[in-house]
Amino acid sequence: MAEATHEVHRHPAPTGFIRKYIFSLDHKVIGIQYILLALTAVVVGLIMSVLMRMNLSWPGTSWPIMGTLFPTGAPGGIMTPEFYLSLVTMHGTIMVFFVLTTAPQGGFGNYFLPIQIGADDMAFPVLNMMSFWVTFVGFIVILLAIVAEGNLTVGAWFSKLGVIWEAGSGTVGPIGGWTGYPPLSALGKIAGPGQGAGMNLWIISIAIFCVGSLLGALNFITTLLNMRTKGMTLMRMPLTCWAWFTTAILALLSFPVLLGGGILLLLDRIAGTSFFIPGGLYVSGSTVPLHNGGSPLLWQHLFWFFGHPEVYIAILPGMGATSHILSTFARKPIFGYRAMVFAIFAIGMLGFFVWGHHMFISGMSPYSAIAFSVLTLSIGVPSAIKTFNWLGTLWGAKIRFTTPMLFAIGFVSLFVAGGITGLVLGQTSLDFFFHDTYFVTAHFHLVMGVASIFGMFAATYFWFPKMFGRMMSESLGKFHFWVTFIGVYAIFVPFHAMGMVGMPRRYAQFGEYEFLKNTHGLVKFVTVAAIITAAVQLVFYFNLFWSMFKGKKASDNPWEATTLEWTTATPPPHDNFAGVAPEVHHGPYEFSVPGAPKDFIMQTEPAGAEIGAGLGEASGNGGNGHKH
Amino acid sequence: MGRVLGIAIWIITLGSVGMFFNKHWWFPESISEHGPRVDSQFTITIIVVGVAFAAAQIGLGWVVWKYRDTTSAPRATYSHGNNRLEVVWTVVTAIIFISLAVMGQRVWASLHLNSAPPGSYRVEVVAQQFSWNFHYSGKDTVFGRTDPKLIDDSALNYVGLDETDPNAKDDSVVSTLVVPVNRPVELILKSKDVTHSFWVPQLRFKQDLVPGMAIAVHFTVTKTGKYELACAELCGMNHYKMKSYMLVLPEAEFSELVALPQEKFQARRDELLNKYQLPQY
Repeated sequence: MAEATHEVHRHPAPTGFIRKYIFSLDHKVIGIQYILLALTAVVVGLIMSVLMRMNLSWPGTSWPIMGTLFPTGAPGGIMTPEFYLSLVTMHGTIMVFFVLTTAPQGGFGNYFLPIQIGADDMAFPVLNMMSFWVTFVGFIVILLAIVAEGNLTVGAWFSKLGVIWEAGSGTVGPIGGWTGYPPLSALGKIAGPGQGAGMNLWIISIAIFCVGSLLGALNFITTLLNMRTKGMTLMRMPLTCWAWFTTAILALLSFPVLLGGGILLLLDRIAGTSFFIPGGLYVSGSTVPLHNGGSPLLWQHLFWFFGHPEVYIAILPGMGATSHILSTFARKPIFGYRAMVFAIFAIGMLGFFVWGHHMFISGMSPYSAIAFSVLTLSIGVPSAIKTFNWLGTLWGAKIRFTTPMLFAIGFVSLFVAGGITGLVLGQTSLDFFFHDTYFVTAHFHLVMGVASIFGMFAATYFWFPKMFGRMMSESLGKFHFWVTFIGVYAIFVPFHAMGMVGMPRRYAQFGEYEFLKNTHGLVKFVTVAAIITAAVQLVFYFNLFWSMFKGKKASDNPWEATTLEWTTATPPPHDNFAGVAPEVHHGPYEFSVPGAPKDFIMQTEPAGAEIGAGLGEASGNGGNGHKH
Repeated sequence: MGRVLGIAIWIITLGSVGMFFNKHWWFPESISEHGPRVDSQFTITIIVVGVAFAAAQIGLGWVVWKYRDTTSAPRATYSHGNNRLEVVWTVVTAIIFISLAVMGQRVWASLHLNSAPPGSYRVEVVAQQFSWNFHYSGKDTVFGRTDPKLIDDSALNYVGLDETDPNAKDDSVVSTLVVPVNRPVELILKSKDVTHSFWVPQLRFKQDLVPGMAIAVHFTVTKTGKYELACAELCGMNHYKMKSYMLVLPEAEFSELVALPQEKFQARRDELLNKYQLPQY
């Protein structure tokens, strides 16, 4: 079956610049396009977070450049509360969608999933190209939301489209947060600045993004199931492939729900429907006619049915990359391969049954809250299995502390730090206090934000030589690691302290409340840490682009790794394996096999290379997958 | 590098755990009947979380210290895992996490799975961008009829009270929540525009106010005083200053206040707001 499908999908190497680098069908080019998109988006998201911190720490301070750029949103250079809230919204939206969903899956998944399973491309190359370009359009639309609200001239054009398209609020987008709860998000500008064209464009951007992700997910699933090379049984796949596969299933099942929700929300706004708007509203001094019977909670259910799996969409690829990289530089097989596969699947599937924990205090039935709560804490079990197995992998290892390894170890540390507070937040009784406080912000930033990004940093340093044929600078990489690792803890551990005193999220200023008084110093401390950490990312960008052209030449297998991407040329040829489909004889992580000449056995090495190895293994976890 | 990383992870662990231990940034004082039970559930949880966090991080620090590559070190151990350990670990964590989950429902269930006890004092709460309205039934303890169609902020009819209803005559609508001490309070939570959230940190209680819904909740406050009341659900540009106070009064002072007609109610409320002080933070 696998062989037959190969023939169908083979396409010749393109020659022109446009087909080669712009509208490319090559999964490797598309992967790099996704990564470049994420590298662009993350700059926007990061700058926004620094602006937010500046506003929180020094409210009322005039930043002249802000006054020049956003004369309405920051008159005299002083950021307005609505400007701050639009930063909150856009920071969250851009980071979650255009960074955490693009680079890990669309980027590294696209580039390495086909190679790691020995395929010559994705199953549907045209679909793959479309998924990127659709996503790209989504990004342009979200940028348009910034301009439409932030720039008076562009805003005036949009305002001509009708009352729901009123723009030019001086913000950088809508002010409803990345969750966009109606009725705030459904009512238009009467509900506040930024809720006109900015909100419409925000919804449209996300809807487009959903379509792009769906196309990508179909492709990943089909490719993985149909196009594995000879000998590449499911249980011989690298854990990265399992992660991308599970992520694709999550995306396939969750994005359509958000897409549906987004369309309904847009209809409420522009077509006068009432899916989410109840009757009898009175907003900004006047009654809201025409609407009746809608439910604000319906949106929350639809949003979080997507939103919770989305958390795993962001982090599972990081888990895959971390497992892969830990094993490689520990020079040791992964501890409990099968348990890792089951755990990743369990996390993914359980992830569909816990969305209600975002809604304990929303007015949802308190009985369903209890069910959601118990299911939520049970996700801790597969997460603990993964942590245990990562430590088990490092136990008795011979660790090489390369930059990718440092980031992978950092991932484990951050995943534990961020994930474990889920045990607090998942309890209904404790949510009375912690819901919508900085404790929540701390939790999800550490686990889905920073840990995921550490997974991607690890992946970047690890696969860069294969992608570009050159090594990234190790000394710059290590400097980047140390400052970032300590920096993110310095930012997000204090968030827990703020949560302990009850500091609410999404406040433009904290000065109004006495109970927040003793956090003011902490808020400033976090800001300083955030600015330093953000600035150090420049070192990463420099290292990335400098190494592309000036880095040390990389060999085909610089890390002495075992999986298929390291068997082919660097960078890989157009069809990945120069016309010769590889044949797999080993599990993915055969390191330090006793009796083998080297401390690693490539997956393609003929059987017998591991003579005397592993035969007495009681567990047999993934060592020779096809036997199971 | 391994040793430096190990030490760095240990220091971070020590700092994080120390921050919780030191309690400089901690819950404000609890003033509700269920509050101490929330706090003790948190204490149990944070001990479990702290131990698991510290164990994982110290373990991580230890393996990166111990198993760093030194030229003299032999090859890494060739092992694909250990199923028995895996099962033991899974069962142990499952038992701990599920037990926590079950315990974590108790306070919730005691408040939310029961209706307000008899004798509760009822207040209707109507939130709006960016202020709070608390509707008191007055002397007759019967609420006047309200209708969203009658809401008119410019005429100061914030909750749409029907002035023609005789029951509405003695009703008061004020911007401060006043409740009696040691007597169950039932709030009927409504919103007239977007979703808001009722949040008093000392109360250990939070509940959204959703347009189109009337959500009934109840609790008992055990300490008199003045406490800040905040909105905890993003509701628009001035969300950060959608602030009010909760005044907790002795029963006598309370009954006297709520029997007053609107004008006098507000004047007396102002006096009481001055009389009681916020807690020391």
